[in-house]
Amino acid sequence: MQLNLTYTFPSKLKTTSFVLMGLGLLLTILAFVFDHGPEGAAHGEYNHTHFWANILICAFFFMGIGLGATFFMALKYASEAHYTAAFKRVYEAVSDWLWIAGPILVLVILLGQFHVHHLYHWMDPSVYDTASPHFDNKIAAKEGYFTPWFFWLRTAGFMFVWMWCQRTLRNRSLLEDQAGGTLNHFKNVKTSAIFLVFFGFTSSVAAWDWLMSLDVHWFSTMFGWYVFSGIWISAMIATLVIVLYLKDNGYLEHVNESHIHDLGKWMFAISFLWSYLFFCQFMLIWYANIPEEVTYFQNRLETNGYKFMFWLVFFVNFALPMLFLMSRDAKRNRRFLITVGFIIFIFHWLDIYMIVMPSTVGRNPGIGIFEIGPFLLFLGGFIYFVMGKLTKAPLLPVNHPYIEESKHHSI
Amino acid sequence: MSNKKIINALYGDDDILMSAVKKTRAAGFKIKEVFTPFPVHGLDHAMGLERTRIAICAFLYGITGTCLATLMMWYMMISDWPTEVGGKPNFAYFYNIPAFIPITFESTVFCAAHGMALTYLLRCWILPGVSPKNPDPRTTDDKFVMQLEVKETDVDKVVAMVKESGAEEVKVN
Repeated sequence: MQLNLTYTFPSKLKTTSFVLMGLGLLLTILAFVFDHGPEGAAHGEYNHTHFWANILICAFFFMGIGLGATFFMALKYASEAHYTAAFKRVYEAVSDWLWIAGPILVLVILLGQFHVHHLYHWMDPSVYDTASPHFDNKIAAKEGYFTPWFFWLRTAGFMFVWMWCQRTLRNRSLLEDQAGGTLNHFKNVKTSAIFLVFFGFTSSVAAWDWLMSLDVHWFSTMFGWYVFSGIWISAMIATLVIVLYLKDNGYLEHVNESHIHDLGKWMFAISFLWSYLFFCQFMLIWYANIPEEVTYFQNRLETNGYKFMFWLVFFVNFALPMLFLMSRDAKRNRRFLITVGFIIFIFHWLDIYMIVMPSTVGRNPGIGIFEIGPFLLFLGGFIYFVMGKLTKAPLLPVNHPYIEESKHHSI
Repeated sequence: MSNKKIINALYGDDDILMSAVKKTRAAGFKIKEVFTPFPVHGLDHAMGLERTRIAICAFLYGITGTCLATLMMWYMMISDWPTEVGGKPNFAYFYNIPAFIPITFESTVFCAAHGMALTYLLRCWILPGVSPKNPDPRTTDDKFVMQLEVKETDVDKVVAMVKESGAEEVKVN
């Protein structure tokens, strides 16, 4: 049987991704031009917070997909999983996206350091100055942690190591196709193990730095895992949807129902992980009811008008996978997987929106061109880049040591 | 009176067992039971067993657990002796629901797990004092037994077929 190993990027999908990017860019520019801020704000005083908050949401959410795929790739190397070998190239291509989205996120945060946007309250030097009317003793107490050199060492360092690990794993995987043998595979196992340890600590710290610090007076030790589980599931949905798309178009002959079932299980299981962490964070803070801890939920549930959206995000991301993906047959049914996948993909974006918006914009701005524009722009870019990367390598890693096992995967 | 015989075929490998099970069924004989030391993936499908209904039991036991926990907490914390913890409202179950979620969850899992285990033991009749149905103690270590019930007239044919499929020992009784 002649295998269909090389993916060609169909021009129709290419056009779709360009349309998405074009439409997204147009809406983003329109949003920026017509963004005058709250009524009564004097000219020049408004910093387009609504616009920049949305850029941050999309930059983080889409960076998370690449990072989640990198984590998944490392996890599968370190645990020496065999079943993933048949669709390995798909999540590898998704993880390559980290090289685009990672620098974009760092750039967006860097713009804050140069006061282009004012999303991060603590980037304003006057809050550390006792003589200034803006002096904030709670933030000043954290000055050591937020000192620019230390913050940027963390931000740039984490991103650099993640991207470097991603590139190393991917390159060795491609080299294996040419060279054969198991040397590259076992080198990758080692790199993955080191990456996972590094990632375990840094993913939490990065979530504090980039998202939790938007609520600079607030802290939660659960926050890092909660954000991490969100990015992990987004990456799994992206992988699953691309695998199903490729299968529909006659690629990935060796991916059988059992592989799809396993990917469905990941989507189902990580939804529970996310719901568990969401609820843990909420319930402990709600129960203890300590003023300095409840501010986060106060902003989302009591003031600002996010109450409905807040609970909607939780119930959709929890109940939808639970009800529709619990049975074995549903996890093997592409229609169920795609429908649930698309909905919770949007709702995990909305989860990042729930983290960022109330802390930056304040009152609920709703969903409009500000939100849809950047989302479409990033989505189009994601599709264009990842599908382009899929053409770069054979869809089956022919010299992967577990490829035979993966072909006969059956559960 | 009985014109049926039990054939126990002993195998040494799960792959050989699987192919033997498939061959035997393809030849039109019904497999009574297979004894294995560990779960063999896909064996239930190959044997043509009906899909297990234990998932339905699990759901019912789980729902029972949810209801019992809710009833218990509502009675203790709201109805019988309203208890104020940390200034939380205690006049309606709904207002305090986040605090009740962990116990509801635990109770659901507890009832579902224990119910399933007990159902399994009763349904398979694995109880203290019951003599084992296992035809050969080696199936608890490293051997596999396929058990067939066939008509006396078919015995020779089946024994030959089973031996050909890779059985190490065949016993007819």
